[in-house]
Amino acid sequence: MHAESAIDRKAAALAAFKDLDREPGVPKPDPILVVDNVVRRFGGLTAVDVGHVEVQRGSITALIGPNGAGKTTFFNQLTGFDTADSGQWTFNGRSMNGVPAHKVARAGMVRTFQLTKALSKLTVLENMRLGAQKQLGENFWRALVPAVWRGQEGEITDRAEELLARFKLDAKRDDFAGSLSGGQRKLLEMARALMVQPELVMLDEPMAGVNPALTQSLLGHVKDLREQGMTVLFVEHDMDMVRDISDWVIVMAQGAVIAEGPPGTIMSDERVIDAYLGAHHDAPLSESDLAEQLHEAEVALEAEFEEETKK
Amino acid sequence: MDWITIISTTVKAAIGVETVWYALAAIGINIHFGYTGLLNFGQSAFLAVAGYGLAVTVTVLGLPFWIGIGVGLLAAVLLAVVLGIPTLRLRADYLAIVTIAAAEIVRLVFRSVAFKDVFGGSDGRRGFSDGFYALNPFPEGEYGFGWLLFGERTLWVLVVGWILVGISCAIVFLLMKSPWGRVLKAIREDEDAVRSLGKNVFSYKMQSLILGGVIGCLGGFIYGLAYASVQPDIFGTETTFFAYTIVILGGAARVFGPVVGSAIFWVLLVLVNGVLSGAVESGIITFMDSTQVGPFRFLLVGLGLILLLVFRPQGIFGDKREIAIDAR
Repeated sequence: MHAESAIDRKAAALAAFKDLDREPGVPKPDPILVVDNVVRRFGGLTAVDVGHVEVQRGSITALIGPNGAGKTTFFNQLTGFDTADSGQWTFNGRSMNGVPAHKVARAGMVRTFQLTKALSKLTVLENMRLGAQKQLGENFWRALVPAVWRGQEGEITDRAEELLARFKLDAKRDDFAGSLSGGQRKLLEMARALMVQPELVMLDEPMAGVNPALTQSLLGHVKDLREQGMTVLFVEHDMDMVRDISDWVIVMAQGAVIAEGPPGTIMSDERVIDAYLGAHHDAPLSESDLAEQLHEAEVALEAEFEEETKK
Repeated sequence: MDWITIISTTVKAAIGVETVWYALAAIGINIHFGYTGLLNFGQSAFLAVAGYGLAVTVTVLGLPFWIGIGVGLLAAVLLAVVLGIPTLRLRADYLAIVTIAAAEIVRLVFRSVAFKDVFGGSDGRRGFSDGFYALNPFPEGEYGFGWLLFGERTLWVLVVGWILVGISCAIVFLLMKSPWGRVLKAIREDEDAVRSLGKNVFSYKMQSLILGGVIGCLGGFIYGLAYASVQPDIFGTETTFFAYTIVILGGAARVFGPVVGSAIFWVLLVLVNGVLSGAVESGIITFMDSTQVGPFRFLLVGLGLILLLVFRPQGIFGDKREIAIDAR
């Protein structure tokens, strides 16, 4: 049953992408996130300049690009952690530019961080509980009367324990988050983000610093998010992972979206190869260049030969 | 050496007025620094505006005692808001710089010649505590047993002071067990993570700054009422630093840490002072005179603090496991 629905969700996502153009900014049938003209400059450097991009609902979309392409900065703009110089973006049709980070999260768009932000001196369970929304006891006056929030806290704890069990962190529930390994922290951060009950999960390099043994389990969890009806947008460098789990890939370079496409073929796209390896990296050499290189090699060889004979 | 006097002053110090008002100031610091991670180096300003709010309302404006208390509390809340609005959105170190500067500004305004008619310059204000002692239920006389005796005025201040300490501890205990306290502790660890989980970090930091400021300002009232006067230099930066010392001594982010820390701090100061003065007077110590004892005891306290940080960095109540985790 579960496997069937898994195939359905993946098939549905793939069907949505089936006949799409490979151009940057191609319109999707049912976008959850639509971004227009987002620009962010740091002094003279334009870190992000994205014209138009859409993220399909219910899919796993990868955002890739060489180092310094502006992927994380773009993430920061979208989630309210940094203010864009200009541009608009809508989430579920609701305009999100200028919305502070905590309201972005409340709207259902939750992110994780490249450098994991486990709350070290809180226990794993407390980390999880923090993710719950609308806890009445988070109001100052109501916090003073435990009777008001205790029942709700129980429900939140049940939900947290369920998630912890799914992420195989239940044995660690009373340990400080700071005592977890790097991979476990990534798992905890993802589980904590799910406590918010988001519609769109944005993962910034979920595999960075995770040991290979945990990679498979993390990959499974990311796929699982789609099966539960969530949309995933993630930044990643590991192309194996991108190929394995994503339904669609958006490529950024020098702040702009340069190409989009399905994961199977995107890496053979000329624009992507140029962005990663530099333009003209495989262009044939001209006649004169070739002659010069040959000449240089001959001179070097002769010099070596003379040295040998002197001895 | 007069051991009876030394011991009685030491025991009195454990529950005395100094312990009470420093404990209140330290409970405030503990909320800011221990639980929320806010580096408020201007706690003395909260005590000062409360003490002066009460003093000026009663002596200059001639209004009743309770209105003075209201003015003092309101002044503390206002100070927190004014300090917080520009700084709480920035990194923690900016708050430290602004608060220490603001505390000095407050102190210098209170002792300035220009406002001498209002705040009384460096002499401060006196004669505002009658309303408080009028409420004293204890008839005139000495209370206690043996050599542990308090006058009725001191006893009244101490009873009120310890009730305030008790209430403050109860509030901190309730809050820090609650989801509200969980958000504060999470902000201390990483505020961006808290933001990403849909919490308004600025609002929580402001609430923490106000709460800690208001509890700290109670210490300003107790000082003013116990000595029936306020002077600007009581509320200098060293008051803040003593309060920080007390928090670290007792163990940060522990409910009773500041209270026990304050008692130990003052017991040590008074005991060292008593023993050294006695030794100097009876000629046991010859290399210093009695005026040098005062500064010397702070030297010893500093040494003690260094040893504490080396051998027990978590403080008296702290959890060693928490110190061991320093992922940041």
